[in-house]
Amino acid sequence: MLDNIKDFASDFFVTGDPLIYGADVAIVLTMIAVVTALTYFKKWKWLWQDWITSVDHKKIGIMYVIASLLMLFRGGMDALLMRTQLAVPNMEFLSPEHYNAIFTTHGVIMILFMAMPLMFGLFNLVIPLQIGARDVAYPFLNSLSFWLFFFGAMLFNVSFVIGGSPDAGWLSYPPLSELSHSPGVGQDFYIWGIQISGIGSLMTGINFIVTILKMRAPGMKLMKMPMFTWSVLSSCLTIILAFPILTVTLALLFIDRYLGAHFFTLDSGGNPMMYINLIWMWGHPEVYIVVLPAFGIFSEIAATFSKKRLFGYKSMVFALMSISLFSFFTWAHHFFTMGSGADVNAFFAITTMLIAIPTGVKVFNWLFTMFRGKLSFPTPMMWMLGFIPCFVVGGMTGVLLSVAPADFQFHNSYFLIAHFHQVLIGGVAFGYFAGLYYWWPKVFGFKLNEKIGKWAFWLWNIGFYVCFMPQYFLGLMGMTRRVSSYGWDKGWYELNLTSTIGGFLMGIGFLFQVWQILHSIKFMEKDTTGDPWGGRTLEWSIPSPAPMYNFATVPRVSEKDAWWEEKQRIAQGLAPTPKPQLEPIHMPKNSGIPFIMSACFFVAGFGFVFDWLWMAIPGLVGVAACMLYHSFNYNTDYYIPVDEIKRTEAAAGRAV
Amino acid sequence: MAQHPAHGAHEAHDSHEAHGSLKSYVIGFALSLVLTAIPLIIVLNDVLEGTSAKVVLLASAVLQFVVQLFYFMHLKEEGKPRWNLMVLILGLIIVLTIVAGSIWIMTYNSVG
Repeated sequence: MLDNIKDFASDFFVTGDPLIYGADVAIVLTMIAVVTALTYFKKWKWLWQDWITSVDHKKIGIMYVIASLLMLFRGGMDALLMRTQLAVPNMEFLSPEHYNAIFTTHGVIMILFMAMPLMFGLFNLVIPLQIGARDVAYPFLNSLSFWLFFFGAMLFNVSFVIGGSPDAGWLSYPPLSELSHSPGVGQDFYIWGIQISGIGSLMTGINFIVTILKMRAPGMKLMKMPMFTWSVLSSCLTIILAFPILTVTLALLFIDRYLGAHFFTLDSGGNPMMYINLIWMWGHPEVYIVVLPAFGIFSEIAATFSKKRLFGYKSMVFALMSISLFSFFTWAHHFFTMGSGADVNAFFAITTMLIAIPTGVKVFNWLFTMFRGKLSFPTPMMWMLGFIPCFVVGGMTGVLLSVAPADFQFHNSYFLIAHFHQVLIGGVAFGYFAGLYYWWPKVFGFKLNEKIGKWAFWLWNIGFYVCFMPQYFLGLMGMTRRVSSYGWDKGWYELNLTSTIGGFLMGIGFLFQVWQILHSIKFMEKDTTGDPWGGRTLEWSIPSPAPMYNFATVPRVSEKDAWWEEKQRIAQGLAPTPKPQLEPIHMPKNSGIPFIMSACFFVAGFGFVFDWLWMAIPGLVGVAACMLYHSFNYNTDYYIPVDEIKRTEAAAGRAV
Repeated sequence: MAQHPAHGAHEAHDSHEAHGSLKSYVIGFALSLVLTAIPLIIVLNDVLEGTSAKVVLLASAVLQFVVQLFYFMHLKEEGKPRWNLMVLILGLIIVLTIVAGSIWIMTYNSVG
């Protein structure tokens, strides 16, 4: 009996690596600390009522941001472990197997569990406020999306200590990811973690398209929408067209592994190349999904801190929408070396070069927005300025990669690694940081310390170039990606060491950001105006943080940058636009179903990972029961009475 | 969900446009039955073979799709702006890209 348990445990838990034992201890201690703190301060009820069951887009947005910053920490730790290993090759800091697991989880976490949720967090925090709506179109679905992401991410992360991490690369190409080459459960954690959170991503895409198309304030025509809203619309359109491809591809891989089918196997008529073809049909649009909202953020920031209207509004809209369509026609540039023939490669090389044009248009729009503006340089603007040169260089190395014959040299070398980190860090991470700094006062009602923020910015920015510029050269010198070690005689050591130093500088930059947040909470500088930056769009017209119903009366919009124009009118001595009478506000009720249903999904996923049907089936039954229960629940909404609105507005110092 | 009282104007709009009549449903149903029967008859009775059979099968599949869209999905009755139609066209473009693109890219890889 005891032996049985021992056997089971040694399979079930990851054993043998001191780093992982250390992590085990840290995880257990953190969990004990959290539970103790919640119990000691009697906060369980608060956690359940105010956060877990909340359908308020602002709270869901905050939870997305917190979860994604935690994932940034884990993904960043993975990155620093890899950089350490490469700075001291042949020292076996990480075993090759462990290195494989770490580069896999680093990629998956950074794209799917860091960039995506941080992006959804910003959607939630900003979009309803920016278009003058009181919530998203489907608040219940919104909460469900968050919890599906959360439990999907947890399922993926748990593989680190239970069962073993996936180690077939972030896109898990077969045949390596097939049962024949990856018999462990890691690959199943990968499939189920991504599938479960993928349902959430798809629903968020639908939710925000409907919100933007149907719930704009009266008078806000499509061509009067703020640019961030446009970028979210284009990103969400890409989501709903691209994510189903990922779901189907991973489902086929699951069928291969679980039911012994032969879609992507080497034998019995399977074709692994088909997987690569399919996964990049999602994978390429995916990078545009995450970068388009960053473009929107930069457009808002450039206009606000230049005190000018965004230059070339129409060309910007056209660029965003055309990118979201053309992103579907470039996928084969990820596998020029596959051997699809000259015609295919030429076609996809040209489409890839073409898509650089709308992106270039945007860069000029931002530059001309700043041209002759009244510029100021608080932290959001700093990130914007750091982004432009970084993204331009990253984009141009991308065009180099798109030259199909040259790509045979660059393919899977560190040149590629440097390129995509430059567009993903310089574009996406810098963009979302800029967005967080910009909207932070609106979300939390206080400003972040500027001085520490600038330290963080410079550490990140300098660290970035120190880390990734050497990698371009390493790539040209022949260093390929995913090598866990290299010989001392290769001549790669100095550049790798430099790169590692840059990586750690970015790590210190992250610590500065954490310090900045903690410092700003302690020495809180309240934002009483609701409009600390001199903003242009509707979210700045309401108190910070926004009341739970957002707008006491729904604003009427007659032009672009509605709030800026209103301020101009008031400054000229004209009367502000009259507000309609207060009316009771219709609001959605909180619900625990999204959390419970997602937890059931987690149970089902965990069961499938270990092939325990006794666990998977009850999990799926739980999911079905939750759906059924919610379908017959008609008690989903309530009204906020006028008195309460008056009290809330008065407390925020607003006349009604 | 949360918003409707705020958008009083939307209420009237939401109260459903006409969703077809008995006549249109009967026509749609009959057409879809016919379009299902044609390929079955052709294949089961060996009326056509080879390319001509494929052409007829594909044509009736496409027509079936169109019938479903117009008679049951009410594509024509949608008020402006025609979001459903736009999304449908976009979706069709993407599906076409996926299928045709995959066939093209995999041509040289399908050996073995």
